[in-house]
Amino acid sequence: MTITYPKNGDTLVLMSEACIGCGACVDVCPHAVFRIEAGKAMIASKATCMECGACARNCPAGALSVEAGVGCAGAIILGKIRGTAPTCGDDSCCGS
Amino acid sequence: MSILLGRDPDQHTQAGFVALNGLRKPWVEKFLVYAGRTIPVVSTILKAGDRWGSVKARWGINRMQYGILPGLYAVGSPGADSLVFVTANYKMSFDALRSRLGGLDAWILVLDTKGINVWCAAGKGTFGTTELVSRVAKVKLSSLVSHRVLILPQLGAPGVRAPEIARRTGFRVEWGPVRAKDIRAYLAADRQKSDAMREIRFDLRDRMVIAPIEIAHSWPILPATIVLASLFGLPVGAGFLTRAIPVAIVILGTMPVGTILFPAILPFLPSRAFVVKGAVLGALWAVVCSLLFRLPPLAAIACFLLATPIVAFLAMNFTGSSTYTCQSGALLEVDRSFWPMVISLAASLVAGGAAKLLGI
Repeated sequence: MTITYPKNGDTLVLMSEACIGCGACVDVCPHAVFRIEAGKAMIASKATCMECGACARNCPAGALSVEAGVGCAGAIILGKIRGTAPTCGDDSCCGS
Repeated sequence: MSILLGRDPDQHTQAGFVALNGLRKPWVEKFLVYAGRTIPVVSTILKAGDRWGSVKARWGINRMQYGILPGLYAVGSPGADSLVFVTANYKMSFDALRSRLGGLDAWILVLDTKGINVWCAAGKGTFGTTELVSRVAKVKLSSLVSHRVLILPQLGAPGVRAPEIARRTGFRVEWGPVRAKDIRAYLAADRQKSDAMREIRFDLRDRMVIAPIEIAHSWPILPATIVLASLFGLPVGAGFLTRAIPVAIVILGTMPVGTILFPAILPFLPSRAFVVKGAVLGALWAVVCSLLFRLPPLAAIACFLLATPIVAFLAMNFTGSSTYTCQSGALLEVDRSFWPMVISLAASLVAGGAAKLLGI
């Protein structure tokens, strides 16, 4: 079952003209957002993109951009309390 | 040479050069003297102590002190052509990796992620390009192995820029599977990943394994239960418990509902926003309690206004443990739900007080 989340993939931008079709984005994406078609990457599933930033960081051609961040309400609340960007604080709380 | 290297203050703080006292651990089987270094050889079988450590960490006990010394480790009897696996210095991450390397001869390069798991550390940047470049240099990896390949967990990719690693260290990053349990299949397939190995999941088991930490983090509900149940139980004397116990059950019940039942049925709850899913579940809990205790109308409304925001808040906190939520969506949830939750809680106290005084 594919579960999605509000605003998933909103900030993900692929600049096709810069793409060299290497497939690095396909390889690092944990949500199967990309597919290579006719030698170029394409966004096949924007709704599952959690904006982790793995693709943009590993695109050798700089063809991808995304506003990466933590999808964690706890970090956002702590950031608001401290007046900073979302932060995990001293005691990280995310799962394993 | 090891003595010489031992004089470098940098080398004292990491595994792989001298036999450090900090590495006399049950999971270190022996030390391998190789290429002028003294490298800890670790067991690939998890012992009771390792498992107990994981259980404690899952419950949040000493979790931030569950790190191991960064540096170089070995499994089996590796040599110049053995594979190098990279991981975080969170003991549970390290255990997940080594327990899948039984029978292999390999090196494990442990990055200093401040005791945080791979994915979270990659998000923070500590499982990152800078640390990997510096760790490769610190352990003098190029003089240890003849090949130039590093196998990294795929979930390290938000923090590590592979093209830059190649440029700055000469090592090519290969992104291994998301889950350590797929490592053997990945190696068997000549280090080719299937689509399934690449994809993160959030199945029932994945969701329930993180429930304990959510339970541990929901501890403020306990004192809140005691205070509110006592207040609504007043006056002390005959009937105190009869009045206090239903209130206690309503509030205390939000804990298992929000931290166990919620992750269990998450995909089947309406809406994509966790806070809405939680609110629905909280409201249902209020209905169950109202029927169970045959609450009069105003008391039932108070129960609804109390349980709904508590479970909604617990559910919203679960975004941090989930594997698919993005930051802008989580921000939206927090912004939209903060005041409704606060107002609902305040209204519940007013309604509860009125219900008690008026007996309706």
